[in-house]
Amino acid sequence: MFSRILTSGLIAGAATGLIAALLQLWFVQPVLLHAELYESGQLIHNGAQAVSAHQPTGPFEWTRNLLSVLFSMMVYAGYGLMLTALMSLRGTVTPRQGLLWGVAGFVTMQLAPAFGLAPEVPGVAAADVTQRALWWLGTALATGIAIWLIAFGRGWLAWGAAVVLILAPHVIGAPQPDAYAGTVPPELSAEFAGRALGVGLMAWVLLGLISAWVLQRDPAHSGLPQAA
Amino acid sequence: MATQTTTAGKTASGSIILPVIACFAIGFGLIFMSGLVQAETLHDAAHDVRHATGFPCH
Repeated sequence: MFSRILTSGLIAGAATGLIAALLQLWFVQPVLLHAELYESGQLIHNGAQAVSAHQPTGPFEWTRNLLSVLFSMMVYAGYGLMLTALMSLRGTVTPRQGLLWGVAGFVTMQLAPAFGLAPEVPGVAAADVTQRALWWLGTALATGIAIWLIAFGRGWLAWGAAVVLILAPHVIGAPQPDAYAGTVPPELSAEFAGRALGVGLMAWVLLGLISAWVLQRDPAHSGLPQAA
Repeated sequence: MATQTTTAGKTASGSIILPVIACFAIGFGLIFMSGLVQAETLHDAAHDVRHATGFPCH
């Protein structure tokens, strides 16, 4: 059973990570590279002269982008393992249901943390990274448990607890910087956050779909009801 | 039929708890390493992915 969950999660995660990396390189990376021109001081926002919104961002950087592909596959392999492990607890999950699992994963790991800590473009001010990481982890954990309670809990106690868990991290509030010192135009920051979340949703929906599909092909899972 | 299915389900869920925890932990380890550890080399290599997937980066 261990190796079945492991291989399913890794296959689904690696495939998703590869596609997510391509989406990232196509939609997110140009915004990131553009922002880095401001982070490095090559361009200055609100300086003496207006700066064109259309900037060349240099040639394709193979090493940097191949590392991004590698790490994207690692991140989604991790998400894939967690997702297939949880799916296994529920017995059979159809690929159609897998889409919903993917959306739930996106809300848990990206949308809920982004509600307090929007995806950061390079060169923005932010609070201490350890505090943000702790808040990020706590938010993902609370939101994940809450969505599980909404989906599989019975009765108002479970659903009430879910509402409290979803709201609590945001009532407490994410760590924020003492002062705003961002050098990047707000237009680029907003575009980056929107793109990052959009690519995240596409990737997570794919991850849910592929995870359920790979697991379902496994006779140990799909065979359960039929075998009985 | 329904009873048999339930029994099979219970047996399966009893025997999968450890593999589920193990795979979940490995998955979390991968996320933690590629997304959150601040070691410089790891941070630089994963930089763009961390930003694009919404991890707290710097």
